[in-house]
Amino acid sequence: MTDNRFVNRSELIGILLLAVFLVVILPLCLDVFRLNLVAKYLTYAFVALGLVICWGYGGILSLGQGVFFGLGGYCMAMFLKLEASSVENTKIQSTPGIPDFMDWNQITSLPLFWKPFHSLSFTIAAVILVPGIFALIIGAAMFKRRVGGTYFAIITQAVAAILTILIVGQQGYTGGINGMTDLRTLKGWDIRPDHAKIVLYFFEVGCLFVCIFIAQFIRHSKLGRILVAMRDKEDRVRFSGYSVANFKIFAFCVAAIFAAIGGAMFALNVGFMSPSFVGIVPSIEMVIYTAVGGRLSILGAVYGTLLVNFAKTSLSESFPELWLFGLGGLFIAVVLAFPNGLAGIWGDYVHPRIDRLINSSKPKSGDGWTDSSVADGAPAE
Amino acid sequence: MFGDYSIGDLGSIFVMQGFAGLILFSVYVLMALGLAIIFGQMGVINMAHGEFMILGAYVTWMTSNLFQSYLPGLFGGYFFLAMILAFFASGALGMLVEWALIRHLYKRPLDTLLATWGLSLILQQAYRSIFGAREVGVELPQWMLGSLRVTESIEVPINGAFVMALTLLITMAVAYIMYKSRWGRQVRAVVQNRIMAGAVGINTEKVDRYTFGLGCGIAGVAGSAFTMIGSTGPTSGQLYIVDTFLVVVFGGAASLIGTIASAFSISQTQSTLEFFMSGSMAKVLTLLAVVGILMLRPQGLFALKVRK
Repeated sequence: MTDNRFVNRSELIGILLLAVFLVVILPLCLDVFRLNLVAKYLTYAFVALGLVICWGYGGILSLGQGVFFGLGGYCMAMFLKLEASSVENTKIQSTPGIPDFMDWNQITSLPLFWKPFHSLSFTIAAVILVPGIFALIIGAAMFKRRVGGTYFAIITQAVAAILTILIVGQQGYTGGINGMTDLRTLKGWDIRPDHAKIVLYFFEVGCLFVCIFIAQFIRHSKLGRILVAMRDKEDRVRFSGYSVANFKIFAFCVAAIFAAIGGAMFALNVGFMSPSFVGIVPSIEMVIYTAVGGRLSILGAVYGTLLVNFAKTSLSESFPELWLFGLGGLFIAVVLAFPNGLAGIWGDYVHPRIDRLINSSKPKSGDGWTDSSVADGAPAE
Repeated sequence: MFGDYSIGDLGSIFVMQGFAGLILFSVYVLMALGLAIIFGQMGVINMAHGEFMILGAYVTWMTSNLFQSYLPGLFGGYFFLAMILAFFASGALGMLVEWALIRHLYKRPLDTLLATWGLSLILQQAYRSIFGAREVGVELPQWMLGSLRVTESIEVPINGAFVMALTLLITMAVAYIMYKSRWGRQVRAVVQNRIMAGAVGINTEKVDRYTFGLGCGIAGVAGSAFTMIGSTGPTSGQLYIVDTFLVVVFGGAASLIGTIASAFSISQTQSTLEFFMSGSMAKVLTLLAVVGILMLRPQGLFALKVRK
């Protein structure tokens, strides 16, 4: 890691391969239904990407990423829902012009906090800012008081529980357990037909690559190295004069914003948003995507997310009984046997062999997906 | 919100809700005691704790079925045997898990969290495959039904009172084991300084295993008690795990008194609020208050001063 460029040659090849896979191979091989499923999986890849920065590099395990995913998703869904509940669409309601679930819950006027979501630009700002500011508050409160590690994980988990109960409980304002369904158009453009799904898929992949480049930049900047140093020996970084708390808050906020973008994409691609993507269980599942892909690998997070979700869909379609055993076993196996996930297996076994095959004359240190210098140390804490 | 009630009514409401809170308090304390031992003393985050509790509940259910079919005469007393069986079943499973999984991860607490979460998923699915997805409820013996009438407007259900007495007993037993017995001294020695404890001849690995087993065993007893006030399903444990962790963290991780105090304050707040608003809002407010206080005082209510 001597060069300061934010992406080196082998990483660039990796990113290009991923781009070819997502932009060319998958759309050619899959029908629209399956492609839309991939789009749904990729929304989680945003979360996994954030967790690589926050957990893999910063050492902060957040079990509440579903909160940010949900906040982003709900912001987007509120905008889409308002557009879908225009006066002529909701003529049959007792109060036309408000979302259907409000009407069912005897609410007669649009609540104040819903009003700004008539504007798309406000919504896009809110998708980024609401979770970002929320993460800033949580992060500042916790890290300034040097709360970290397991305590932080438990508290983020509690926050996820609180938000879920709140959303489910306030049915009139949030749609309750069913969430916000029946989202139709984006600025008059129907998001439901097949061609719209394809356009949205490519838009999402584009956003994903923007996030990947941001993550690459963070990782290769001085900031990224301080994050790693902080994860490995927090006190030394503090004694060197760095404000450890601020770096942690930054990493946490980046992860939150990535998750929120993922959530907004979810609302667009899948067409609904519900509290079942906010709570404790989905939040922990998001962590396993990162763990399977390799907590230190930015591209690994994307592959890990796709792999776990493919496995989940195909296993739970054909053997619903086995899926939880499989997922549970995956957690244990990743933690015990492969702490660096897929990327670790790639970096340790596959990549060196490929290298040897290609140029057996010139031995080269494996600098593929993982930084071997980082991967050697004990992961996390 | 108090406007419609007279002073006397309010008094009764608080007593009755307080009592409902005490039952919740008992379940919290029983679950949190096991967790406080495992998390507070060993620093291990056991996300599968709820599933150990549910194991105890299923053992109790099976024992009650067994008594109903083969020993109907002794049905009134099945609960005591069930409790002991639940303790040993959960404890044994706990020791197995410690041996197979946890001992490899003592240096990586965040990874323990993920691994035990995986374990909890496996156990949930195992329960679902073995006992079915539907919730099961035990039949209470005759003497536990009904309620004691204390005054005109205050009634105390007998099963609740029994659970509370049980909680008191178990808490005292745990306090005795941890603070008075030779084994408890060894546990605390290992917690305070693992290397020195090993140097003076304590088998730290064995202490770890039995401590984990004890914590899980108490969870099993908690599950046993839980069957008396609610029905048991494969995922019932997960509903309580976050609450219980908050109880332990809020109380101060290494302090038994703190655990009890925080279980008391959380359960009382929640059940009193529940009377005045919907259950979900009561829970949200309670959890928010706990998280808020934890942000101001991260070390919890009663923090033990330990040199890091």
